[in-house]
Amino acid sequence: MSVDKATLDAKTVAKIAHLARIKVPEEDQAGLAQELNKILDWVEQLNEVDTDGVAPMTSVAAQTLRRRDDVVSDGGYPDKVVKNATDAAEHFFSVPKVVE
Amino acid sequence: MTNLTHLSMAEALEGLRSKQFTATELTEAYVKAVEAARPLNAFITETPEIALRQAKAADERYAAGKALPLDGMPLGIKDLFCTEGVLTTAASHILDGFHPPYESTVTSNLFRDGAVMLGKLNLDEFAMGSANITSHYGPVLNPWTGKDPANAPRKLVPGGSSGGSAASVSGRFAIAATGTDTGGSIRQPASFVGIVGLKPTYGRCSRWGIVAFASSLDQAGPMTRTVKDAALMLQSMAGFDPKDSTSVDMPVPDFAAALTGDIRGLRVGIPREYRVDGMPAEVERVWQQGIEWLKAAGAVPVEISLPHTKYALPTYYIVAPAECSSNLARYDGVRFGLRVEGKDLKDMYENTRAAGFGKEVRRRILIGTYVLSAGYYDAYYLKAQKVRARIAEDFTKAYEQCDVILTPTAPSTAFAIGEKQDDPIAMYLNDVFTVPASLAGLPGISVPAGLANDGLPLGLQLLGRPFDEETLLRVAGVLEQAAGPQPLPPYVG
Repeated sequence: MSVDKATLDAKTVAKIAHLARIKVPEEDQAGLAQELNKILDWVEQLNEVDTDGVAPMTSVAAQTLRRRDDVVSDGGYPDKVVKNATDAAEHFFSVPKVVE
Repeated sequence: MTNLTHLSMAEALEGLRSKQFTATELTEAYVKAVEAARPLNAFITETPEIALRQAKAADERYAAGKALPLDGMPLGIKDLFCTEGVLTTAASHILDGFHPPYESTVTSNLFRDGAVMLGKLNLDEFAMGSANITSHYGPVLNPWTGKDPANAPRKLVPGGSSGGSAASVSGRFAIAATGTDTGGSIRQPASFVGIVGLKPTYGRCSRWGIVAFASSLDQAGPMTRTVKDAALMLQSMAGFDPKDSTSVDMPVPDFAAALTGDIRGLRVGIPREYRVDGMPAEVERVWQQGIEWLKAAGAVPVEISLPHTKYALPTYYIVAPAECSSNLARYDGVRFGLRVEGKDLKDMYENTRAAGFGKEVRRRILIGTYVLSAGYYDAYYLKAQKVRARIAEDFTKAYEQCDVILTPTAPSTAFAIGEKQDDPIAMYLNDVFTVPASLAGLPGISVPAGLANDGLPLGLQLLGRPFDEETLLRVAGVLEQAAGPQPLPPYVG
C-alpha cells in the first residue's frame, strides 16, 4: 500500500511464521509466500478508496465499554481450570523449562 | 402417525402441547435420523444420551403443564459453542480432547427454554471457510445433489462455515440448529441447502462461550426450516449478557409477533452494486422474482446504491485475519487441547501450532500477523478499518431511502467438493453478498426461494436496520409465503 509494495519472500514468511509461533518447514515457505502475495495483491484495491478524515471503525457496537464494580465475581475452582491441560500438576500448568 | 422429523419446530411444539406424541418419541425419531445420516458427516459428536435425558425432562414438564418455550425441540449445536462436559472442537485438531468446564450463554439459554441437544455439528475449522471443506473431521455433504447426473457421483458442499448445521436441518435430522456468522457462515449455507438462516444484529446474541474467530464480526443465530421457527429460536438465543462486553442491553421483542404478513408501503432497497459481473442468470432471475413477490404484497421497491460494496471482501480479508491471529494466539498447547513437545517452550508452541492448525487457518493467521506487524499496520489494518467505516456509512445512507434491503444470498448454487479449492480468493467470493452487512453489524436473513435450473436451492437475502430483526422476519415471512412449499432434498427422498 502506501509503504513499499509488499512482496513477501520466503524469508519474510519465515519471520511472520515465527511471530505467529507456527513452524513452517523451509520447503513450504516459497509456496506460502506466493499464496499470501496473491491475497495481498488483491487487497491492494482498497487504496482506491478515499479515506481522508475517516475515523477507523473498531467496533460496530455504538456503546462504550460497560463498567462494573471491581469485585471477584467468579473463580474458586482450580480443578476445573486445569482439567483440560495435557500436563498439569497440583493446579499448575507445566511447561518445558524456560530458565536455566 | 405423521413423519415426526418432517415437522417444523412450530408444528412439533403444537403436537407436543396437544399430546399427539411425546418429546421422547420425537427425540428418538431424531436420534435414529442422526445415525442414518452418518454418511453426510454432519456431526462431529452425537449425544443421544443427553438428548433422551433432556427429552424425558421435557415430557415431565408437559405432563405437569409447565412446558417451556422450546420444550423437547431436538437441536443440533454447531461445534463452535462450548458445551459443558461435551467435546468441543471448532473442527480443529488443536482442540483435541477439549471438554469445556462451562456452557456458552446461547446454549444455556436454549436449554433453559427446554431445547434438546442431539450433538455437535461439523463446520469449517474455526468457522473459516465457505464450503465446510476445511474441517479436521472431513467435509460435510449436502443433502442436495441437483439435476445434473454428473452431480450424483460428485458430492456437493453444504456451504460454510455452518455446513453441518445446514445439512442437518435440510436433511431432516435436526429440527433446527445453531449457527454462527462472521462473514456469511449462516446465510450462505442456508441458501445452499434451502433453509432459513438468520444472522442477528451484532450484539443481539451473546458471544460468551463461542470459540472466537473475529470478535468484531462473530454473531450466533438460528438455522431453521421456516421463518416462524427462526423467530422462535432467536427468542431464546437472544438477550443481554454481562459476560460479553459487546452484548447489547436492550429488550428482546416478541419476534414471532412480528410475522403479520403486512408489508404494505414498506420500501425495499435494491442495491445496484449487487449486480456483479459474471453472476449466473439464474441468480438474477430469482432476485427479480423476489422483487415481484414483495411488490405483489404491497411493498415498494427502491433502487439504492451501496457504492463501497466491491471493497467489502478485501476489507474483510484484512480485518477478519487480523482478529483471528490475535484470538487464536491462545492455542499454545499449555492449558487445553493438543500439545506437541519441542526442545524448549518456544519450540513446543511452534510444533503444537504447526500440527494443530489446518492450511486455511494457518494462511489466515499468517496474513493477520503480517497486516498487524510493525510497518504494515497503518497500510493494511488501519486502512481496512477506515474502508469498513465507509461501508457502514453506505448502509446508514441507504436506510434513509428504504426500510429493508433485498439481494441474492450467494452468487451461485452449491458446488462440488474439490471445486474452488486451489484458489483462496475464488472461495472468498462466495461471501460477496453477505460480507458487507457483517462488516456493518447489520441483521440479515436468507430465505429459500425455490430451485435454480440445476435443481439446487437458491436463497434470497434480506438485510435490516440495526436491531430491527422484526421487520426482517416480517418481510421474510412474506417471501416464504410467496415462494410456497419448498421441495425436500433427494437425501430425504
